[in-house]
This record gives sequence, structure tokens and C-alpha cells, in this order.
Amino acid sequence: MDSFANRRHIIRFIIILIGLIFTIKLFILQVVDSSYKLTASSNVLRYVTQFPARGLIYDRNGELLVYNEATYDLMVVPNQLMPFDTTEFCQILNLKKEYVQEAIKRARKFSIYNSSVFLKQVSSRTYANLQEKLYKYPGFYVQARTLRKYPSDIGAHLLGYVGEVNEKIIEKDDYYKSGDYIGISGIEQSYEEYIRGKKGVNVYLVDVHNRIKGTYANGRLDKQAVVGSNIISTIDADLQAYGEKLMKNKIGSIVAIEPSSGEILAIVSTPSYNPELLVGRKRTENYVDLMSDSLKPLFNRALMAQYPPGSTFKVINALIGLQEKVLFPYTKYDCEGAYYAGRLRVGCHFHKTPLNLIESIQMSCNTYYCNVFRSILDNRKYPSIRESFDLWREYVMSFGFGTYLNSDFSNELKGLVPTKQTYDKIYGERGWRSLTLISMAIGQGELGTTPLQMANMTAAIANRGFYYIPHSVKEIEGDHVLDNRFFEKQYTKIDSNYFELAIEGMDLAVNGEAGTGSTARTAQISNITVCGKTGTAENPHGEDHSIFIAFAPKEKPEIAIAVYIENGGFGGTWAAPTAKLMIEEYLNDSISVPWWEEYILNAEINYNNAEKD
Amino acid sequence: MQRRINIWSSIDWLTVTIYLVLVFLGWINIYAAVYNEDHQSILDFSQRYGKQLIWISAALVIAFIVFVIDINFYSYFAYIFYGILIVVLIGVLIFGKEIHGARSWYELGNIRIQPAEFAKIATALALARYLTSYNLQINTVKSYVRIAAIILIPSVLILMQNDTGSALVYFAFIFVLYREGISESIILLGLFVIILFILALVIDTLIIILLSIGVVFIIFWFLNRKIKHTGIAFIVLLFASSAIYGLNEVLNAGLSYYYILLISLGISGLVYIILAISYKIKNVALLLIFLIGSIAFTYSVDYVFNNFLEQHQQKRINVVLGLESDPYGVEYNVNQSKIAIGSGGLTGKGFLRGTQTKFDFVPEQSTDFIFCTIGEEWGFLGTLFVVLLFIFFLYRLIGLAERQRSSFSRIYGYGVVSVFLFHIVINIGMTIGLVPVIGIPLPFFSYGGSSLWAFTILLFIFLRLDASRLELLQ
Ligand SMILES: [Zn+2]
Repeated sequence: MDSFANRRHIIRFIIILIGLIFTIKLFILQVVDSSYKLTASSNVLRYVTQFPARGLIYDRNGELLVYNEATYDLMVVPNQLMPFDTTEFCQILNLKKEYVQEAIKRARKFSIYNSSVFLKQVSSRTYANLQEKLYKYPGFYVQARTLRKYPSDIGAHLLGYVGEVNEKIIEKDDYYKSGDYIGISGIEQSYEEYIRGKKGVNVYLVDVHNRIKGTYANGRLDKQAVVGSNIISTIDADLQAYGEKLMKNKIGSIVAIEPSSGEILAIVSTPSYNPELLVGRKRTENYVDLMSDSLKPLFNRALMAQYPPGSTFKVINALIGLQEKVLFPYTKYDCEGAYYAGRLRVGCHFHKTPLNLIESIQMSCNTYYCNVFRSILDNRKYPSIRESFDLWREYVMSFGFGTYLNSDFSNELKGLVPTKQTYDKIYGERGWRSLTLISMAIGQGELGTTPLQMANMTAAIANRGFYYIPHSVKEIEGDHVLDNRFFEKQYTKIDSNYFELAIEGMDLAVNGEAGTGSTARTAQISNITVCGKTGTAENPHGEDHSIFIAFAPKEKPEIAIAVYIENGGFGGTWAAPTAKLMIEEYLNDSISVPWWEEYILNAEINYNNAEKD
Repeated sequence: MQRRINIWSSIDWLTVTIYLVLVFLGWINIYAAVYNEDHQSILDFSQRYGKQLIWISAALVIAFIVFVIDINFYSYFAYIFYGILIVVLIGVLIFGKEIHGARSWYELGNIRIQPAEFAKIATALALARYLTSYNLQINTVKSYVRIAAIILIPSVLILMQNDTGSALVYFAFIFVLYREGISESIILLGLFVIILFILALVIDTLIIILLSIGVVFIIFWFLNRKIKHTGIAFIVLLFASSAIYGLNEVLNAGLSYYYILLISLGISGLVYIILAISYKIKNVALLLIFLIGSIAFTYSVDYVFNNFLEQHQQKRINVVLGLESDPYGVEYNVNQSKIAIGSGGLTGKGFLRGTQTKFDFVPEQSTDFIFCTIGEEWGFLGTLFVVLLFIFFLYRLIGLAERQRSSFSRIYGYGVVSVFLFHIVINIGMTIGLVPVIGIPLPFFSYGGSSLWAFTILLFIFLRLDASRLELLQ
């Protein structure tokens, strides 16, 4: 018994009703409403993307670092092309006929209905000439773009560069279309989302003569482009420029941080390149040249070069020893010019003996730290070296070593702090002892740290126990806020009171009386108490690398700095005076002893034989 | 008693003819949509129209196979098909290939198969089988639960593939249930839930609660037809809320309007129950449950939306509901689509003369937005013809369904009608801006093997059942 058969009428009624609604709507859309109609078949719509200008980048004091310059892309829509006078066309644009044929063929292959770039980055002058005659060339039109310009040639690595998006990016992110630009490195990349703004689109009616007749549908379909946000960097342009000047003819890196905020004041990696090289039509060519340069100017040493920290690391071992209560301010160790254990010998230099803790930092005694390091690892409190080593590693990592600092640079490396497994693999699980690891007592061996990490460690010492994650941007204009992580204190695992002892040692290392064995007297500034520590990274390929870390002033630090000069030998020779000059430039805005500046500027350190590395 | 008849002579050739016409029209419009001066041969298999020609040929073979299979096969194996499709749908979540954000494709060499298309057939069969179970009482909780399970399990699995359009198709089976006698109040309840769902996202919760209260008062009056009772109930609520509001002001407790309303509802609810028991008024408890259910539902929609959906999913829903604009996405497509159709005028620009649809302004030109090509090149006359043809097709299918002697065939027939109806309404509706953009194909027109094959199988199983209608008893 089918008692609901009548319901079929309702269903039929619904279907008829839908048919009716569709018919009415279609009638209105297609017959009544004329706004959708394009009467003459020659009329076509042209969608012109409005590319917003990228945001500008300023330094911390409002000095302009990057701005934009107008340029024009000549676009072509193949199916709107008409035969034209190629000779005149080539003359205006200064092109060869073959290029025209080749480019049209390429555009045709991409799409015959959609526009594609015919000629990139036409100058304003050429554009002015072309504009008057464009009506003779249906199918061509001009699209405004911008190019990056740099008032001074500093900060290439920091600012990064802009390039065309590749297939991979287009596939991953809907926003980008072929031919769009995107930040590829540095701030341009990290803050792309803000700097790029938002593309818009204008819809025009175009007649057979290639002339725009007006906006389509009263601009109802147009979307206004949104200009990119300006970025205020943490960089001090003067300091950055000075750092790059000092590092000319040297390979290495300088990173300076404001300890009270984690803001990067200068970040230098040399050899560098002029940022203008990676802009415009010559970009690809120049890029290939830079890539093949044996000095690797594109390589950002500040973030990516991993060196052993050398003797600067003694400060860290001292702090760990104090925290673990295996080292005390009064602890003294003898040094007879070397540390001996069985057949093992770690050499030291000549100085008075025995030394206490502060003196050990001041004079950078290797023997002292072999003893400290062993007392940490052979601490009876822990069942075996496996536990004490893990603990030591945790302390080290709390300074930001062996891990990504999580800065706003996308290409920072995490460096190297070995694990138990590293040694298990080489020596077997029971095959290694504190003596096996002894080179790490003085910051050599398996340790790898980047200049950024070293500057960050210095900031943590300057702050007596914590740091802010280093970052290169201070402010994004508009309603944007920086990530919260840049405002949170990152604590080391060392109590703040222990830092005073280490800092005392670093003070004496720089400011100790002549003849007392202070290792960094080359970093002295007459009216500022600089605290510093020299280091030398062993380099199996050639001359050792010169390292210096410092902060100043001692009591209320405003700058923490790490300087690496490859093949510069002992840290006190080149790195310390360079750091001194940087600190003086930043705090005093002038150099008290110009002789030092000359000394550094004239130095050309192993620059031309670096290929031997 | 069974009579053997020649199925070839009893096949409904009219429907087959409409099918062939639709498929042919579909193909020439795909040809027009991707037409390009550089590839003009209709047999160019690197182009979509070339490929579609292969899918069409295969579809005809499939139709033939479907048609020669024994009639009992479909009802007998209905649950097994269904079970297999469920497994396949789960499998695609794990092994499937992700295209345009939806993980709903199996990739076998060069061929991609979208199981969601085929799941509709299995669901229609399983539903028909269940509704013809011996001694089934459709309007019982047990039946409701089972019917809901049959329909919603594939729908949810497809939703998990991120293919919202195909998942929504399953709601179309409501027509089948309606025809088979499900209670009207269930249909109304369903409609209410859908409206509530949309409202929960669009307007403030407070207004929804007030609206729900209003609806409940109206139903209460409708059921009891006593203005006095409704009036008293209203006064109780008014009194309770003014009291709470007053207290809140005096004590400066800082309660929000939500809480004031919810607390007064709670108090009034207690009063209602007491009154209902003492005066023996019916339906009060049921209505209160309904009200509480609606409020809880509203809150959970909000909660799920804000806590479980990812940002891009939220955005999609917001765009569909018009709460957020997306100039490069959905909105843009609809505008382009309307321009293309509108520019066709009365008679259209002529075959292959379309400009809008060829500029690739409308993405998915040969799939979801194929109706634009018809509109632009064939004008109002063309679109009218296609719409009427579809309406006639559906009308015809209902006619066929109603002439079945077997309930299984009739119910399956309505399943077929429901699926086609939903696809046609949503697809054409979105291209002319009447319904939100939900990406589902236009039957027989849209480019793609999976959908064409699935629609072909769906239709021809029904034509097979119809051809043997005289063999089958009630
Ligand atoms: Zn010594």
C-alpha cells in the first residue's frame, strides 16, 4: 500500500519551481540586464594587475636602507596582436628582431589569451617614447612595476634580495602568479608577508586600437592594491657601514647586539656584495657570477659559518663550574706552560702561576680550564660521565648553542654541540672519558658556533644570565606587531651572581695593567670599561681564525659584540681592535685613537690566498 | 509470477535519448571551453575534449554492461556495494592523492578516480534496500537512526576528504525519504537545524536564542491552540527576565545579556514544568528539550567553528556566507561567471566565439563552470534549452519511478532523481549567483571521467530496473 503517492506532486512542483526560477534569473542576466553585455565583439576586457610598491626599510634611527624605483614591464596578449612595423618597434625598445619573434613565440606557448611579459623592466625614458606609439601595436600594453634601490651599498646580507617566484612557490601559495616578485633572503624574505602589500586588479575595456576606453562596470570588479608595510630595522646604519668598512679585505663576520633588547645593531659578513647587483635585468647574470666567486660573497657567514668558539668558551666553562660548585673564586691551579695528563699535553703560554679564577680568564690559561672541565665531567655527584656530560651540554645549550636561536633570519644554522651518541659512535659506549673530550675545555674540538650565537652568548653574559632572541626588525608599520618571542627573556641555567666573577675576568683581560698578562689590551677604550675575551679557532686548513667577544659599558651594557676574522691568528691581534673600534663608534660616535682605525683598514688578511682553504 | 521480456525493447528510449543529447552537448561545450587555435583536431588526446571523448566512449560501454547485468544483482548486492565503497572512502583518506586541497582521488598510473562520485550510487542502492526491508516502520527512532547512518557515513567520510560539495549531495536523499513517507515534522526539524546552523555562524547568539524562543512559543500555540496558555508562558518569561535584569542592575553583578536570558529561561522552564504537570498541558517537556537542544546546538556550532576548523576552512565558510570577502577567489569566480553568461545575450556569440570563457578568467572552466560556456556562446536560448532539458529529464525520471511496481525500483529511482536534482540546482545556481559556490559537477556536462561514469551507472541501473518493471512484483 503506497499511501504517500501524492507527495510526488510536491516534488514535481519543486522541480518545476526551480526550473522557473532559473529561467527568470537567466532571462534577467542575459536579456534584461545590459550591464553584462559586451556588444561589439572587438571589445575586450583587460585585467591589469596593480602591483603595490614594496614597503621601505629603514634603520633604527630612521635612515632609509631600501626604497623603490618605478619601472615598466611590456606585456603582450598574443591573440590581440595585429601585424606591425617591427623595425620601428625594435628601434623604440632597442631590441633585435629575433628577440621579438622569440618572445612572441614564448608568450604564445604560455597562453594565447592571457597576457605575459614581453620585455621586463623597461626604463622610464623608453617607456615615455613607447607610450606615444603604443596605439600602433595592438596586443601590447605596459604594466607598472617597482624595483628595489639602495641609497648606500650596505647590509646586502641583512636586507636580502627580491626575485621572481618559481614554479614551486606558485604551486604552494595562491597569492603568487608567474612573474611576481618575492623576497628571497634576509629581511625581504622573513617579512615578505608584510613588505609585499596586497596586489589589486583593474578591469578595463579596450578597443581595437589598443586604447583603454574606460573602467569596466564602473570599477565594480576593481580591487585596490594595498601598499606594503614599511619596516624599521634594528640596524644602526652608521655602525653597519663602519663594520663593513673595517672588514674590507678580510674574511669574517661581525655581529653586534643590544643586550637589553636582543636587537641586532650590526651584522656584517665579508666578503659581501653590492645589493644593487641583484636587482633588475642583470640580476641573473650577476647572481651566477657571485655564486661562482671563490670567496663566496653570497654566503652569510654571520649566520651560517660554524667555527669553534676557541678560548672565549672558557667563560662558559667557568660559569658551569661555578654553578655546579666544582669551581670557586679562590680555586687555584698551577700551570707549567702546559696541561699534562698521561701522554696527553695541552700547551699553554707563559704567565705567572698559580692562577685563581679571575686571573685565569684574564690570562686565558689553558691548563686552568682543562682542570675545570675535568672537574665538571668527573664530578662524583653523578654516577658516570654520561650524566655529567649531558648536564654540561644542557648548560651550554642554554646559551643558545647547538640549537636554532629562532631569530627572524630563516637561514641561521644551529651550530654543533656534540651529544653522547657522537662519542659512542667513535669510541664505543664505555670508550670515552673526560680526557677524550678535553679540547672542548678550551673551546676547540667538536664545537661549532656561528658569529650570531657568539654575539648572543656575549649578550647573555652582559645581562648576567639571560638573553632576548636576536632579531633584525624593530617595528612593522601598520597594525602589525612583532612576534612575542622577541620580548621574552630566555634564561641561561646559570645563576646571575656567578656572572660577576666571569665579568671581572673579562674586564681585567682588557683593562689589566700592562705586563700582568692581560690578553685583550688591544681592545681598551680610555673612557669606557670594555669587558672582553679573546679566542682563536683552530683551523686545520691554514692560519687560525681570530675571535673576540666583548660588551660595554661594564655596568650598564649597551652593546655586545662578536668579531671573527678568518685566518687572523690570535684574537687579540685583529679581532679585538676591530671590536673596540665598533664599540667606540657606537657609544662615542667618534674614534679616539685614529691609529687603530688605520691599522685595521690597511690590514689585508689572507684575502687573496683564501682559495687555498 | 515472472515474465521474461526483451529488455532492449522495454528500455525507456526517451530517457536514453535525453542522456545522449546531454552528453553530446556537454562534449561540444568542453571543446569550446578549451578550444585553442593551436589544437584544433577533435581527436587531440592531449586536450581535455580529446580525453573527454575517451571517457564518453568508456561510459557507453559501462552503460551497456550495467544494462545487461541481471536485475536482482543490484538489490541483492546493495549492502555489499555500500560496504565496499565505505572501505574505499576510508582508504582514500589514507592513500589518496591531494588535488586542490581535497584528498579525494586515487591515482592509478595516468588515471585518477574519485570514489566519492561512485559512493552516491551505492548509497542510493543501500537506502532503497533498507527502505524495502520486511515490515519496516519508517517513522520510528530505530529507522531514523539507521537511515541517518546510511546517508551520513559516506557524507562525513567525504567531508573529511575536504570535498564539501560532494558531501552535501547526500542531503538530497531527503526527497527519497519524503516520498517514502517520513514524517513532515522530521523534514521541518531538518530544515530548522540547517537554518540554525547558518544563523549560528552569521548572527549573534543572543538573537538566535530569542528567535528560538519565539519559534517555540509559536509551536506551542499551534499545538495547543490556547492563547491563554501561551500568554501566561510569555508573561512568566518576561517577569523572570525583568527580575534577573533588575537584580543584575541593583547588585551590579555585571552579567551579560546572554546570562540574564539563560538564567531567566532556566527559572521559567521550572515554572513551566510545574504548571504543565498541575494543569496536564501536553508537549511542554518536549518543547523545552527542543529549546535547550537548539541553544546547545548554536553554542556547539560556534565552538566547533572556532576551535576545530582551520583558518582556511573558516575563511571558506565565511566567504560562502558573505561574511568575508575574497576578491581573488570565490567572489571573483562568480563575477566572472556572471559576466560570461550575461555577455551571451539572447542568442549568444556563436559556437567557439566566446571570449570571456576562453580567457581563462573563469577557472574550472571545463569542469564546475561549464555552464558559462553554454551561456556565452549559445545565449539565453541555449541556457533555456539546457535548463528545460534537465527539468524534463527529472520529470521523466519521476514518471519512471512512479510506474514501478517494485518499491525497491521506485525508491532507487527517487534516489537517482535526488542526486541529479541536487547537482543541477547547485551547479547552475552557483554559476548564475543564486547559491553559494560549492564545487560539484554539472551531470553529463562537466569534464571528468569519474563523474560521467558515476552518473551513467546511476542512471542506467535505474533504466535497467525500469526495463524489467513488469518482471518484478511488489
Ligand atoms: Zn696556563
